[in-house]
Amino acid sequence: MMLMKRRDFLKVSAAAGAMASLYGCAGGGKASGHVVVVGGGYGGATVAKYLRMWSEGDVQVTLIERNPTFISCPISNLVIGGTKTMEDITVSYDGLKSKWGVRVVQDDVVAVDAAKKTISLKAGGSMSYDRLVLSPGVDFMWDEIPGLNSADAQSKILHAWKAGPQTVALRKQLESMKDGGTYAISIPKAPYRCPPGPYERASLVANYFKQSKPKSKVIILDANEDVTSKKGLFTKAWADLYKGIIEYRNNSEVKDVEVGTNTAVLEFDKFKADVLNIIPPHRAGDIAAKSGIKLINNRWVDVNWLSMESTSTPGIHVLGDAVFPAPTMPKSGHMANQHGKLAAAAILNMLSGQAPNPEPVVMNTCYSFVDAKNVIHVASVHQYDAATKTVQPVKGAGGVSVARNELEGKAAMGWARNIWADMLT
Amino acid sequence: MKLFAPLAALCLLAFASTSQAADPNLGRNLAATCANCHGTNGNAVKGSGMDALAGMEKAKILQKLADYKNGDKPASIMHQITKGYTEVQLDLIAGYFAAQK
Repeated sequence: MMLMKRRDFLKVSAAAGAMASLYGCAGGGKASGHVVVVGGGYGGATVAKYLRMWSEGDVQVTLIERNPTFISCPISNLVIGGTKTMEDITVSYDGLKSKWGVRVVQDDVVAVDAAKKTISLKAGGSMSYDRLVLSPGVDFMWDEIPGLNSADAQSKILHAWKAGPQTVALRKQLESMKDGGTYAISIPKAPYRCPPGPYERASLVANYFKQSKPKSKVIILDANEDVTSKKGLFTKAWADLYKGIIEYRNNSEVKDVEVGTNTAVLEFDKFKADVLNIIPPHRAGDIAAKSGIKLINNRWVDVNWLSMESTSTPGIHVLGDAVFPAPTMPKSGHMANQHGKLAAAAILNMLSGQAPNPEPVVMNTCYSFVDAKNVIHVASVHQYDAATKTVQPVKGAGGVSVARNELEGKAAMGWARNIWADMLT
Repeated sequence: MKLFAPLAALCLLAFASTSQAADPNLGRNLAATCANCHGTNGNAVKGSGMDALAGMEKAKILQKLADYKNGDKPASIMHQITKGYTEVQLDLIAGYFAAQK
């Protein structure tokens, strides 16, 4: 009799429509289950903490991260410029473990089986999930710069676009460079991780040269038509502070490199540098493509902005730089943290039989240093728009600094301390 | 089967209405967008120079936000951010932070 009722109920609920069966009808029940988070950066660490905090420990969370500690990309340009150390941008995962009860596993995810809801680990073994969150950051499209497509080439010509050993190595190259040398940084076509980041780096390297190697030059090889972020503020800083040091070249896409001579190959030109810093074009971290979820332009993950869930594959949510951006949305650590909270709220609703919040909001704040103390910002607020099914920037909100200033230099470090705590402690 | 059909209809109705209504955790979710700078639940890191909003009186938070939004209070960034939220959203945010410890 009971079995019969259950069968009838299943038939009825199937007939009740796809939406109802997606979230069930339990409405208001407690969330429970196991969420596996892949990647412990700005997006992944945030969603892990917020799932535990908001479920009051009812949802089990496993965070799989390949690195032993969190190393921040934001602020890492100050390490390259020589005014901060790696220690300043490194935070332990211990807070997530001890304070929030997140199970942190140092490993790599090599495969996702969306049908069976399992992931496979590099070290061996697999793990099942109720919901999976991928926060894989970016991986580089080495094919686009053929000369860099080997481990040897990549150890000589650095990107330092993932904070870690490359940050240290680039700093060492700059320290070893003779005065009178040239540092060249290449920027891929947008969209790329951290739009103002390359211009900040060029400014901070120029700041180091001005003080320690004043005959040296900084060349920016930008594949874009113009400076992509905070243009007026950056160009003013370069004119005021680094005249004769920084040279900006637009429409200068690097197509290849000659490793032996540290030469960047452009369409009609070649450029030899003493320190060549190539930021190759990038796409969603490799695990996104391996998991079989839908990518746009074969690069970025298509998500539902109410839940950050893949539009092709139910049960898999994707955060941060890996996502095909909503209109004017930057790929930033701050934005990844906001994605993490949006996803945490949606996942808890879905695990307790409710629809996700129908009106999510995310916002971005990004500070860039133009020297060791002076900072410029850009900010924006993005509200969900049901008509276009995406988050849209609010007109009249957001904007940039009036001028570079030291007060925002202090705010930038305050931002860093608070966002790292918001993610990890 | 007969018994369950009306239940299913009710279920569908309940879903349709809840999907339109505001999320019960809307204030919490909105306030979380501020936490990047102002700390989780408004508990800013001590000595970080950011305003800690946890436990601040709701009227006081709302006044600060209104002053930023109207340009009555000088700001480097908050005048730009407050304009991105509706009055209803700012009210929910202020209410949430006021209720935190």
